Amino acid sequence: MKSILKYFSEIFYGVKSLLGGMRVTGSYFFRPSTIVTQKYPENRDSLVMFDRFKGEVVMPHNEKNEHKCTGCGICEINCPNGTIEIISKMVETEDGKKKKAIDKHIYRLGMCTFCGLCVKTCPSNALAFGQEFEHAVFDRSELIKVLNQPGSQLEKGVE
Amino acid sequence: MSFNIYDLTSFTEWIHNSLSQAMSPGWVTVTEMVIVGVAFLTFYAIVGLFLVYAERKVCAFMQNRLGPNRVGPFGLFQTIADLTKLLFVELVSIRKADKVLFNLAPFIVIIASFMAIAAIPFAKGLHAIDLNIGVLYVLAVSSLGVIGILLAGWSSNNKYSLIGAMRSGAQVVSYELSVGLSLLTIVVLAGTMQLSEIVEAQRHGWFIFTGHIPAFIAFVIFIISSTAETNRGPFDLAEAESELTAGFHTEYSGIKFAFFFLAEYINMFIVASIASTLFLGGWMPLHIGSWEGFNNVMDFIPPFFWYLGKTGFIIFIMMWFKWTFPRLRIDQLLKLEWKYLLPINLVNILLMALIVLLEWHF
Repeated sequence: MKSILKYFSEIFYGVKSLLGGMRVTGSYFFRPSTIVTQKYPENRDSLVMFDRFKGEVVMPHNEKNEHKCTGCGICEINCPNGTIEIISKMVETEDGKKKKAIDKHIYRLGMCTFCGLCVKTCPSNALAFGQEFEHAVFDRSELIKVLNQPGSQLEKGVE
Repeated sequence: MSFNIYDLTSFTEWIHNSLSQAMSPGWVTVTEMVIVGVAFLTFYAIVGLFLVYAERKVCAFMQNRLGPNRVGPFGLFQTIADLTKLLFVELVSIRKADKVLFNLAPFIVIIASFMAIAAIPFAKGLHAIDLNIGVLYVLAVSSLGVIGILLAGWSSNNKYSLIGAMRSGAQVVSYELSVGLSLLTIVVLAGTMQLSEIVEAQRHGWFIFTGHIPAFIAFVIFIISSTAETNRGPFDLAEAESELTAGFHTEYSGIKFAFFFLAEYINMFIVASIASTLFLGGWMPLHIGSWEGFNNVMDFIPPFFWYLGKTGFIIFIMMWFKWTFPRLRIDQLLKLEWKYLLPINLVNILLMALIVLLEWHF
């Protein structure tokens, strides 16, 4: 008797759980608003990448065209594949002292693995990750970028 | 010559009469066979292409995706593009394969489904052959396809193909029983095996309603076991992509692969057609007893669209549970058939016989 009861309860439990699964997929089918796929090239204007997305390494500049890079070279030393190269120059400060500053912060996007060591280890937080991801170009030389903008200076107070 | 879209008998008779005037009876038969063959081939291609598209869209929506949406509006031409690609793919010849059987297998699969589709009533008068043992014929012919699958698996000389084919054999042999018995339940209720008469008997209510609970149970069992018979998910052990690469058609490429692919979808269509003919009244509009007004409104929709609507509904259900349930293991598959479906089916057919004898049905 007990086994007969078990047989029928198994059938009912099975049917119930199967219908539960079908209810979930059915509700997705009839509610197209639950679709998560994005139509990429069409939604380019409204596309927002998430905060921690590693698109490319950038050097943020403020509105006075000043950056925070002191030219210390830690990022260059830390970079595992030689992506970063810093060309420094000597500038004379207001009080007549000579000081090291960057001439060019060269970043080779084509070699970068986006490990993030440069951004993490920068003592003055001069580097950051940008959200741009459409990097395809027809000439490899275009992937070599100079991160500091022309004419930019070291921000006051950053040593 | 005006055609009545509610009764196509006059249309088919008109074709027959005008052909008879032009040629001798022997040639009339040949010409009619060619016309029917060409019509079915066209229908075949359209249905196959549409079902592949529909399946991809349905599966995508159930998985919160968009599905094909690049080729043409809403991706409608995606399957045409796929077919064009398949036609240009090289037919790789397998060195150690049994050449004759290897090339024969896809044709057997597709011929079996071709023969089955001939017996299906599409609308009043639109019926290639109306055999008086239509149900038996469809059952017999639709199970021929498994020979093609077994041949494909054997002749490929590939372990994946052979395992897939053997699984398919075990599966079809067991589930054939359930398909037959669930159809027999309806044959008991209808008292005939002729498909046109079965449809006609549902004039005052479809069998799924007039047959009480046994008809509904038979319907559910038929849907489950016919899905297994067509080797579709969740019973797609014969293909089982994750275990057997592609199962019995691992070694096939190009148009031969397309034949297997097409046959799978056409088999699903045939199975859905049989389900709609036997349980949901085929092309018969929805009639409720003696509600004259309601019945007349329903009669206004042409039978062919009723047929397509019902078949589409059943196909949707089959896609729905294909994309919901995980694949069964082979022991679970056999347990489901022999421990659950078959005993329930046997009791169900007794119950139906009792209902018919006591005249409890409507």
